[in-house]
Amino acid sequence: VSVMLQLPLVVTTQVDLVLVLVSLLAFWTRLSRLSSPNAVVFDEVYYGQFVSLYMKRVFFIDDSGPPLGHMIMALGAYLGEFDGNFVWNRIGAEYPSSVSVWSLRLLPAVCGALCVPLVYLLTLELKFCHLSALGASALLLLENSLIVQSRFMLLESLLIFFVLVALLSYLKFHNHPNSWFRYCWLLLSGASCAAAVGVKYMGVFSYLLLVGVASLHTWNLIGDRTLSVCVQCVCRAVCLLVVPVLLYVFWFYLHLTLLHRSGPHDQLMSSAFQASLEGGLSRITQGQPLDVSYGSQVTLRSSASQPIPCWLHSHKANYPIRYENGRGSSHQQQVTCYPFKDVNNWWIIKDAGRQELVVSSPPRPVRHGDVIQLVHGMTSRFLNSHDVAAPMSPHSQEVSGYIDFNVSMAAQNLWRVDISNREAESESWKTIMSEVRLVHVNTSAVLKLSGVSLPDWGFRQLEVVAEKLFKAHSSSLGWTVEEHRYGTSQEQKEREAELHSPTHIDVDRKMSFWAKFLELQWKMLTVKQEDSEHKYSSSPLEWITMETNIAYWLHSSTNAQIHLIGNPVSWGVAHLSLLAYQLLAAVYLLRRRRGLKDLPDGVWAQFVCLGCVCVGGWLVNFVPFLLMEKTLFLYHYLPALCYLHLLSPALLEHTHTHLLRYTHTHSPLVTLVQLSASQLQALKWRDSWDILYRRR
Amino acid sequence: TTSPSTGDTSTLRHRRTVPTSSETLQTLSEDRRSQTAELDDTQSSNGTSAHFSPGGHFSQDPQSSRVVLMLVAGLCFATRLYKITEPPHVCWDETHFGKMGSYYINRTFFFDVHPPLAKMLIGLAGYMTGYDGTFPFGKPGDKYEHHNYWGMRGLCAVLGSFLPIFAYVIVQDLSRSYTAALITATLLIFDTGCITISQYILLDPILLFFIMAAVLSMVKFNLQRFRPFTSYWWLWLVLTGVNLAGALGVKFVGLFVILLVGLNTVWDLWRILGDLSLSLVEISKHFLARVVGLILVPLFLYVTIFAVHFVVLNKSGPGDGFFSSAFQSRLIGNNLHNASMPEYLAYGSTITVKNLRIAGGYLHSHWHLYPEGVGARQQQVTAYLHKDYNNVWLVHKQDNNASDLVRHGDIIRLEHKETTRNLHGHLHEAPLTKKHFQVTGYGINGTGDTNDLWQVEVCGGQKGDVVKVLRSKIRFLHRATGCVLYSSGKTLPKWGWEQVEVTCSPYLKETPSSQWNIEDHINPKLPNISLSVLKPHFLEILLESHIVMIRGNSGLKPKDNEMNSKPWHWPINYQGLRFSGVNDTEYRVYLLGNPVVWWMNLASLGLYPIMVAVASITLQRGFSLEHSLVLMREGGLLLLGWLLHYAPFYTMGRVLYFHHYFPAMLFSSMLTGITFDVLLKSTDLLLRPPYSDWLQRLGQMVLLFSVLYSFYLFHPLSYGMTGPLAHEPGSAMAGQKWMDSWEF
Repeated sequence: VSVMLQLPLVVTTQVDLVLVLVSLLAFWTRLSRLSSPNAVVFDEVYYGQFVSLYMKRVFFIDDSGPPLGHMIMALGAYLGEFDGNFVWNRIGAEYPSSVSVWSLRLLPAVCGALCVPLVYLLTLELKFCHLSALGASALLLLENSLIVQSRFMLLESLLIFFVLVALLSYLKFHNHPNSWFRYCWLLLSGASCAAAVGVKYMGVFSYLLLVGVASLHTWNLIGDRTLSVCVQCVCRAVCLLVVPVLLYVFWFYLHLTLLHRSGPHDQLMSSAFQASLEGGLSRITQGQPLDVSYGSQVTLRSSASQPIPCWLHSHKANYPIRYENGRGSSHQQQVTCYPFKDVNNWWIIKDAGRQELVVSSPPRPVRHGDVIQLVHGMTSRFLNSHDVAAPMSPHSQEVSGYIDFNVSMAAQNLWRVDISNREAESESWKTIMSEVRLVHVNTSAVLKLSGVSLPDWGFRQLEVVAEKLFKAHSSSLGWTVEEHRYGTSQEQKEREAELHSPTHIDVDRKMSFWAKFLELQWKMLTVKQEDSEHKYSSSPLEWITMETNIAYWLHSSTNAQIHLIGNPVSWGVAHLSLLAYQLLAAVYLLRRRRGLKDLPDGVWAQFVCLGCVCVGGWLVNFVPFLLMEKTLFLYHYLPALCYLHLLSPALLEHTHTHLLRYTHTHSPLVTLVQLSASQLQALKWRDSWDILYRRR
Repeated sequence: TTSPSTGDTSTLRHRRTVPTSSETLQTLSEDRRSQTAELDDTQSSNGTSAHFSPGGHFSQDPQSSRVVLMLVAGLCFATRLYKITEPPHVCWDETHFGKMGSYYINRTFFFDVHPPLAKMLIGLAGYMTGYDGTFPFGKPGDKYEHHNYWGMRGLCAVLGSFLPIFAYVIVQDLSRSYTAALITATLLIFDTGCITISQYILLDPILLFFIMAAVLSMVKFNLQRFRPFTSYWWLWLVLTGVNLAGALGVKFVGLFVILLVGLNTVWDLWRILGDLSLSLVEISKHFLARVVGLILVPLFLYVTIFAVHFVVLNKSGPGDGFFSSAFQSRLIGNNLHNASMPEYLAYGSTITVKNLRIAGGYLHSHWHLYPEGVGARQQQVTAYLHKDYNNVWLVHKQDNNASDLVRHGDIIRLEHKETTRNLHGHLHEAPLTKKHFQVTGYGINGTGDTNDLWQVEVCGGQKGDVVKVLRSKIRFLHRATGCVLYSSGKTLPKWGWEQVEVTCSPYLKETPSSQWNIEDHINPKLPNISLSVLKPHFLEILLESHIVMIRGNSGLKPKDNEMNSKPWHWPINYQGLRFSGVNDTEYRVYLLGNPVVWWMNLASLGLYPIMVAVASITLQRGFSLEHSLVLMREGGLLLLGWLLHYAPFYTMGRVLYFHHYFPAMLFSSMLTGITFDVLLKSTDLLLRPPYSDWLQRLGQMVLLFSVLYSFYLFHPLSYGMTGPLAHEPGSAMAGQKWMDSWEF
């Protein structure tokens, strides 16, 4: 220490100029003329809407992936002071001058550019030489498809960037066994894994690969009996398992914090979730009485989100006497489920033993197990069911608004309230929170949304039936009170006026973050869009031969256009090297099994590591798509392709140093490689510089 | 070690100390050795009571092991054959498979998505026991009355009875533990699901029989590994191959057991390759022997099964339309058998047009429009696999109707005979294949527009060539847009009656999907000429029938309204299948696993990974627990079998049923046997000898009696119940509806 103090403090930095050069080139290819074309390109039309919604803080659901990628793009928009006022309705629409296209596209492009130096470093970390590193980065640099994909508001470049960071930092961690600093790398690796998964679910594949490699390394560590390994194992588990999960949840926390206003996708969520959004259901439900009581006026929303969210409804029209197929009906008033707010959605809860339709003072709350009648607000018909086949689902009972035709068909209008989430919430019927089943007292059938549309006589509304044989946990059986007020008017005329008036208002219902997170995540995984074939969709096997391309944009008047298509040369090289690696590995393995060790152990370990990362990475990012049934595009293959670009130069180097050593031929290719190698070696060290700091 | 005081606290303390000190381990294993010696003594004095309790230890003398095996076999046959003729009406899928058995007796050709072996066996069993093939098997619930149906059910029940026996032998050979084998046998014998599925005319008992027999032969073959090329070695090798062919010949699910045997063989070969004492010649001998035994023999048998199938079924039947024109000409009674019709396609003829893609279907139209939002709202044109009057089309010249031959390059109009609409194409997206154009029926009484014109092109022909009926491959090029009439093979949704989509493809590459042939051809003005159509080669028939089966399989999509079973339902026994009866007056049989057995299996699936993790970590840290090798190696094989028979269902798009889980369930039960056995034997890690032994015995007894008692509770599910449903008062099964989703 004393010696150091006497000297001036010297900081020596070596800068790899090749690395700087490829980085500059990468930035140039990815960032130059970023704002042209000044029009919506391909999926920008899709992601753009979400950016706008972020700017306006409006809640949305995107079932294609978690929110981090969208948020990063929104960050670009925020920095470019985009106000969200642009309608993303068609590909090719011109951006107005108020939209800063450059800043919208900046962050994906920067991430795309950074992938190039990352690949360079990654090759070095796999213990291959600088020349191979240059080769890998050049392949990535000149890959047309990656350039195209990086230059627009698309998610793939972000995904690839985070995946590469995760891999690089893990290898850094693994290759420096004796420094405390390595745990920072491990932490970084876990964090980037979370980011990759947060951008697209596809990131899970690479994450699993990394966890697999890490657990293999940990397993070897456990086998080392000279060490006490508990702390190390726990550290790894925390960094690679716990941290990513927490961060993943954190993305959702940000997402839900940012988006607090109601919007177009509200109806997919539960009433409680909607009530927590500003201006959505909360505008209506604020100040509603909480306890549903006798005399309450309510709207009943079906818990099923399939096929469409809707409310129990009735109107002044009867079931036809005979259906088209000749079956008869009761000819009583139709009861349906209607997907829009309407005054005919109001029902009044009535005590079977009393005549009043107003709430007494104090209100008498309805509890689990109570028997009630439901009166339709506008027509005063009682909700009724009987042993008549339902119009579209003949195995179930018809549900009707009861009309007494004097045909010895007595009213069967008693319903028992069965609160299915009473353990979690409460025994008494609460607005929004309680999910109830209405069990028909006479037949013990349950009121159910069948999900089938009625024909024209039913105005194409959804059919409601009473079902005797039902699956235990079907959301189509549950109903929630959404709008609610205490009825005050005894006369029918007054009551109609009351139903037409807006509901009155007061308190806000809070929902915990975890409940919101779980509901949102569940909805994202289960909401299915209509899967239809797209004009440019392709099947996974076509990717290898690059049979299809995607037209991203076409100028409205000239022939200027942008296509997503790979560089055929690098594409071919990539797949050839994949094949070569597999053949080589098979030969090595068979020979080793017979006791012939072609490679020294260190080199063999390097070769295996290369295979695990690159071929393994390709496999996990490609094979799952073969099993998927969703619509796929060429850009889904890009992450897998990056792994192959990493593989090719390294494999070439391996072949050169370990296979061609035995044959003393110099193929032209090898000569070429050696030539440029010497040049580059000279380049590499030439311009390192020293920076001097002088202490006082 | 610490003193074995009472209760669990001491066991916990024990668990923590044991793996860290090798000294303790040594003393413990010494303790055990003396303890087992003691046990053997008590065993021999105990004598007969041991036979009754599967929990007991058996000394490994052949006498007692034979007695146990006989006992297991007796129980198997007794439980499976009891009440075999009840109920005397058609249950569930008997309506299909019984019917197919009858087809073999009647020699009528039919189409099914499964390979033919099981149905041939069913047919044979029926034939041998005097069933004459006249019962129509119309729908579930039809009474058999005087028809002899017990033979067919008996075959399935006998094959089903072998399952627990095979499982017993497999587990015994794998683990060398009688208790493990007995646990497995108990689980399977008293599982209501296994009993129910074995008692009816179904493919599953036969499939399960072959799967288990294949696994058994594979295990026996593995045991012979140190005596290669002996006669027993060859016997088990060839038997493995035979059973694999059997499994695949029953259902394509047999592929999974082939995969299991394949992986096992690869592993075995890898081991042999690493044995440096063997020369390369010997290794290639090993390799070739397996190629013969496990590839060539099964392949030969499998092909033979199909050969028999085609030879037996030589009469036209309900399955004809699924196959190509050439195939149909083989069948007696089909209109293409020794067909006689005008040889060349002419104007004014009435024709049917068949797509050349295998299982391509006939060009079809009907009185239904494309729904709103799907192209233009005009009449649907589809491809339909069955013979139907809506497949008939009239050939018109562009302008007039002169009877003349159609030639390559001619422009024609095709009029749908039933609806008098013309085959019409236009620049709208096709319903499913968005890159293609829509094809519709358009116009009234044959008058339409220029979009109704199609140019006929004989593949490989020149201008002026005539179109040969049946033999020419022709294409229809749309005049206005230049696209070609195409059958995409995708199934339309409900609005299209689940028929196959027909489009007009702008890609003009010649593929079977865009090629058609003329099948029926009626023209009164032309003389009929007897056509000796090329008889197809056997291999062509084989290939064609396979592609048709695979298409049929993937075409079994779940319907929207139908109750749909999901793979995750299965291991938890979430929901069964109604075999017979719905109302309280009927005789009801419900396929549902014995919940105790199935939940034990579920528990062991959770327990097994934990035990393996503990065992392998201790091994990696240098200590070896006693049973860890059996647990890891043999248990691993069974776990792999379970995975291979279960996991693939998650990726399947076709409709799934509860009974698809049974192969996996057998593997899971065998794994349970080994897991619980090792778990109980590991009690000596926690307690001192006499106490650990008591605990072990206690565990075995609890296991046995819980299985027996639950069988007593749930046996009406298999053997039939009448009276009120379980959720109503007064039912025999009252209080046993443990899950709301069970429907008995």
